[in-house]
Amino acid sequence: MSTTTIFVPRDAAALALGADAVERAIAGQIAARGLSAKIVRNGSRGLHWLEPLVEVDVAGTRMAYGPVAAADVPSLFDAGFLDGKTHPLALGPTEAIPFLARQTRLTFARCGIIDPLSLDDYRAHDGFKGLERAISMAPAEIVREVTESGLRGRGGAGFPTGIKWNTVAGAEADRKYVVCNADEGDSGTFADRMIMEGDPFVLIEGMAIAGLAVGATKGYIYIRSEYPHAVATMRAAIDLARSAGVLGRSVLGSGHTFDIEVRVGAGAYVCGEETALLNSLEGKRGIVRAKPPLPALNGLFGKPTVVNNVISLASVPVILHKGAAHYQHFGLGRSRGTIPIQIAGNCRHTGLFEVGFGLTLREIVDDIGGGTASGRPIKAVQVGGPLGAYFPPQLFDTVFDYEAFAARDGLVGHAGITVFDDSADMLQMARFAMEFCAIESCGKCTPCRIGSTRGVETLDKIARGIDREKNLELVADLCNTMKFGSLCALGGFAPYPVMSAITHFPDDFTPARSATE
Amino acid sequence: MTLQMRAGDIATRVEAILAELAGLEGPLLPILHEVQATFGHIPSEALPMIAEALNISNAEIHGVVTFYHDFRQEPAGRHVLKLCRAEACQSMGSDLTAKRLQALLGTQIGETSPDGAVTIEAVYCLGLCSCAPAALLDGVPLGRLDDEKIIGILEKVRA
Repeated sequence: MSTTTIFVPRDAAALALGADAVERAIAGQIAARGLSAKIVRNGSRGLHWLEPLVEVDVAGTRMAYGPVAAADVPSLFDAGFLDGKTHPLALGPTEAIPFLARQTRLTFARCGIIDPLSLDDYRAHDGFKGLERAISMAPAEIVREVTESGLRGRGGAGFPTGIKWNTVAGAEADRKYVVCNADEGDSGTFADRMIMEGDPFVLIEGMAIAGLAVGATKGYIYIRSEYPHAVATMRAAIDLARSAGVLGRSVLGSGHTFDIEVRVGAGAYVCGEETALLNSLEGKRGIVRAKPPLPALNGLFGKPTVVNNVISLASVPVILHKGAAHYQHFGLGRSRGTIPIQIAGNCRHTGLFEVGFGLTLREIVDDIGGGTASGRPIKAVQVGGPLGAYFPPQLFDTVFDYEAFAARDGLVGHAGITVFDDSADMLQMARFAMEFCAIESCGKCTPCRIGSTRGVETLDKIARGIDREKNLELVADLCNTMKFGSLCALGGFAPYPVMSAITHFPDDFTPARSATE
Repeated sequence: MTLQMRAGDIATRVEAILAELAGLEGPLLPILHEVQATFGHIPSEALPMIAEALNISNAEIHGVVTFYHDFRQEPAGRHVLKLCRAEACQSMGSDLTAKRLQALLGTQIGETSPDGAVTIEAVYCLGLCSCAPAALLDGVPLGRLDDEKIIGILEKVRA
């Protein structure tokens, strides 16, 4: 009797929706019915509104069922789901679900498909092919390949990754570092978490390639403490990679040394800013450093350091494996390759959608996202996390591309999109942006530290109908000071949500609002 | 547990943590995490010991402990409920969920209940933005918080 494989995700989003109870129920049914089946805890496919999404391998085709609750499990077995039979929760072959079929999975090619902690699975799905090719290349050639791919920093700043690597490669030092920024603090984003929980070896491979390219021997992954499952999975994967000779004194037998250590943050949003992150790694308060000097030359412990976001590094293996031309063939303009768009908040089809740059916001929110979860009209979407602008439906023709968003006073950021229905109060959202900035400010520069608190106070006055015109002018002036006077993106970008809310939703800032309340 | 622990026990256990971790590059955050994992908070007695071992000032350590939201100087309740307060959860009504949980648990965000059963903390994003509103109860993620799940939280906290 052949053994059937059942996949139950271990991604934190699936766990939050009861995946562990589903796994226990499935294991119970297998035992009670005396069946020959095994359970693999995979990452998430990214179809989060269908989580827990259970899959069964039926003669090589994966059939999906979801969202599955523990109580549904006996009926799934009764219906014959191990043979892919139909059931009210049956979704057909996973790959044919439109949300997945429309994607271009490069960085997330394996996520949700493999057992995240199986090196055999990883190798069987093109794992380490990028690293193997990198080992056969000169460091300068690796840097050139990454530069030619057009990859830009996926953390939000969009700085060309190859150019950053080139600076570190050219620096003379006795020690260099590769630091992975996994302090994914932006609301509406979870791509870093998903890849660390669903395909941790791809990040290890990307960091090892970065190490070879720039001559670094040590890597750190700084993961936020809010991600305990990602921390555990990355640590387990690093141990496995070290035992298998992927990390250590001789990376895949190349003679090059590279090892990785996970460090856990402590609940400070500002540590997602690269210089604050470096200070935190050094054991200091997460205070932003003035630039220059650039971290590429004077980074961790004063040494040349590559600081890249998780998705930037996790995109490197496929670039090295399939070549720069393959990657940069996707996308448009100066935004090349694919971007894992994260659809979040009040949306019907939430999850991760990896695709080449170039979709419009309307395609993402309406066609792919399916509108709001509440069924009410969309009022706004916030793109790029708490420091990103609010876009009204009349700007949904904006193309997903770094430059197109900048041209409309917004930012792509880490590519999170949070949907709000018409019950959202945009004055309160603007106030929250200032309040969040005040809570999370590191305190080093005055515009951010003081400006955010004054911003909250002034918006409160507007909400109470006090000197509306004068105070709106004051907020605009304050935002201008914060934007151009802050040391980092926290104070510098907090004006984006505030000013976009004022500009696009003036009705929420009128005195009539206080009269009607 | 912490209340009954004598000063000598704290010193012994902090010394063991320092012996294990002080040799790391940038050891302070790993040490503080381990101290908090051991005692549930950062006991004040531990600070001069860490300062001595790392050759940094007490003020420096105090600055670090107070900068990061995670580090507590007082013990938490038996359960820790972290409620996400960020935008994606707000878009799904997390403000109302938070109000209800605070009322039902008789405890405000940032406080520990008088019986020591639960501490409620605000967090800004758990990366569960696709299944909002979200929370973390004793490290276990919870998504799409509805009435049933709110009752589940109450039962666990009161058990």
